[in-house]
Amino acid sequence: MGRTSKVKLLSKAKPGLTGLIRSPIKWLIVNVVAWVIGVLWILPFVGLFMTSVRPFGEVAVYGWWSIHPFTFTLKNYYNALFNPMFSLAKGFINSLIIAVPSTIIPVILAALAAYAFARFSFPIKNYLFIMMLFLMAVPQQMTIIPIFFMLNNMHLLNTYLGLILVHSSWGIPWITFFLRNYFSLLPKELEEIARVDGASNREIFFRIVLPVSLPGIISAAVLQFAWVWNDFFFALMLIYDPNKMVITQMLPRLKGQYQVDWGLLSAGSILAMSVPILVYVLLNKYYITGFRGWAMKR
Amino acid sequence: MSRRDYVSRKLMAKVGGPLLSRITFLIPGLILVFTFVVYPVVATILLSFNINPIIGVNVVGNRPIGFINYYRILTNFEFINTYGLRTLSFPMGAIIHNIIWIAIHLPLTVIIGLLLAVMLQNVRGGFIIRSLIFLGMVVPMIVGGLLIEYSFDKFLGVVNIFLRLIGLGFLAKSWTIYPNTALFALILGSVWLWTGFTLTLYSAGIASLPKEVIEAAIIDGAGFWTILRKVIIPLLKPVTVTVVAMTILWDLKIFDIVYASTRGGPGGASMVLALLMYSYFARAQDYATSAAVATILTLITIPVVVVWMRMTLKGVSE
Repeated sequence: MGRTSKVKLLSKAKPGLTGLIRSPIKWLIVNVVAWVIGVLWILPFVGLFMTSVRPFGEVAVYGWWSIHPFTFTLKNYYNALFNPMFSLAKGFINSLIIAVPSTIIPVILAALAAYAFARFSFPIKNYLFIMMLFLMAVPQQMTIIPIFFMLNNMHLLNTYLGLILVHSSWGIPWITFFLRNYFSLLPKELEEIARVDGASNREIFFRIVLPVSLPGIISAAVLQFAWVWNDFFFALMLIYDPNKMVITQMLPRLKGQYQVDWGLLSAGSILAMSVPILVYVLLNKYYITGFRGWAMKR
Repeated sequence: MSRRDYVSRKLMAKVGGPLLSRITFLIPGLILVFTFVVYPVVATILLSFNINPIIGVNVVGNRPIGFINYYRILTNFEFINTYGLRTLSFPMGAIIHNIIWIAIHLPLTVIIGLLLAVMLQNVRGGFIIRSLIFLGMVVPMIVGGLLIEYSFDKFLGVVNIFLRLIGLGFLAKSWTIYPNTALFALILGSVWLWTGFTLTLYSAGIASLPKEVIEAAIIDGAGFWTILRKVIIPLLKPVTVTVVAMTILWDLKIFDIVYASTRGGPGGASMVLALLMYSYFARAQDYATSAAVATILTLITIPVVVVWMRMTLKGVSE
């Protein structure tokens, strides 16, 4: 009920402020300026891409914007992917190995917890909820030293499993908060009828609530996946074996000590950002929905 | 009262069946959160006072319990550099750098985000421009840091190309390698990355504004700036509170960008709190002091977190 009316409100107000500029000349100027800003804004990305697909020698002499001598090559990508010290191909796979379970585990556990917060009453519920909210804002730095020694004790330091556990735990508070809000907007009637028919909590949750909440679950999963893929700090602290490093962790190490090979770095950057960009483009609707809940974690 | 109403009422009284069934939903998630988030937070606080919180390892050695670590940090030149502050030269210390970061980044990103959000409502294909600007939020911040460094490169950087174009070529240099410009380069770069965030939140806020109010203002003959100042900005106040709180938190926690581009250099000129914590951990292997830096960082975020939490809880209860 609450949600449908909100959606209606949004769609009705969609044109928003379109009437604000009345003179057609002003409108034209505003449009041109906006597009110029838009193009200038992504120029660094264009530069990065141009640098990545040509020999760095050429870029260094003529600049990435010159099109006169333009030698197309994928050598930078090859060198980045199969770098002898920090192979980004390996990093790419490691990032996937870390990010997939670090998405599935917290989404399932947080969905269960979120349902409890949305529908059940239990002791100290409000305190727990406020705690979850607070944990969403805690800096990673505040937790990492004890985690480092705990994982070391458990022989999980420098392992995939250790990093996955940390990422999963770190994701639970915000996903719980996000899905709690999602579940509380669902109509209660269906669940009540099922309960009258004698369905257990578990049956109600998995058979009724979960299927209708799929969009919310996907939103949470998309954002959690992108967050884990993009994360750098936890990996930096908990993984030190070059064979297990994730892609974001390898990137800064591709920088030489004195001479920066931007050809190599730009290709590596494009590889590292390709996955979150793909997720953003393909699952745009879900990405934007989950975005507000997740932004807190940056 | 119909039978269904009666049953429903009865159910509401004891929602969810026996307590055990209700809390089993909660337990698995809470175990992970308490093990890897709550306990480490508490342990970090203990550690910062030289109390050993981890069973089986002596992390602190035999240093005395007390505020000694805090004293050491607060008087350390990497935290606050009085010489730098007096002479207005970098480095000024991590805490000052974070404050400068907020002082420049926050107003710029909020104002640019708001103006663009309003502007793009009237632009054909505005959503495309919005998506392009949002790209800075999608990519890993490590890539963001590298992009900033590249964009400020003397020969290849977009910024310096632009400076040469408008006749300010004498300013062109690799900004990130000089103490006096490194921090500013990173801050400007972070405006470029983060404006996608403010723009998106403001755009959503504007889309849900009551259209009638603005139409009424237009009919009354109010100009663009009057409507912006007197109608739009006041109506968007809740969005602004969220945007400001989250931006400050992001500025305080900034790490990846700095690590990727300058590593806090040159000579500490772009050192920030989160990186200082890391440098005590990795470089000095002084875990207790590192924990104290983390605790100070968290303490600074708390007032902002409280404002944000009040805001959020109000939204939840409505």
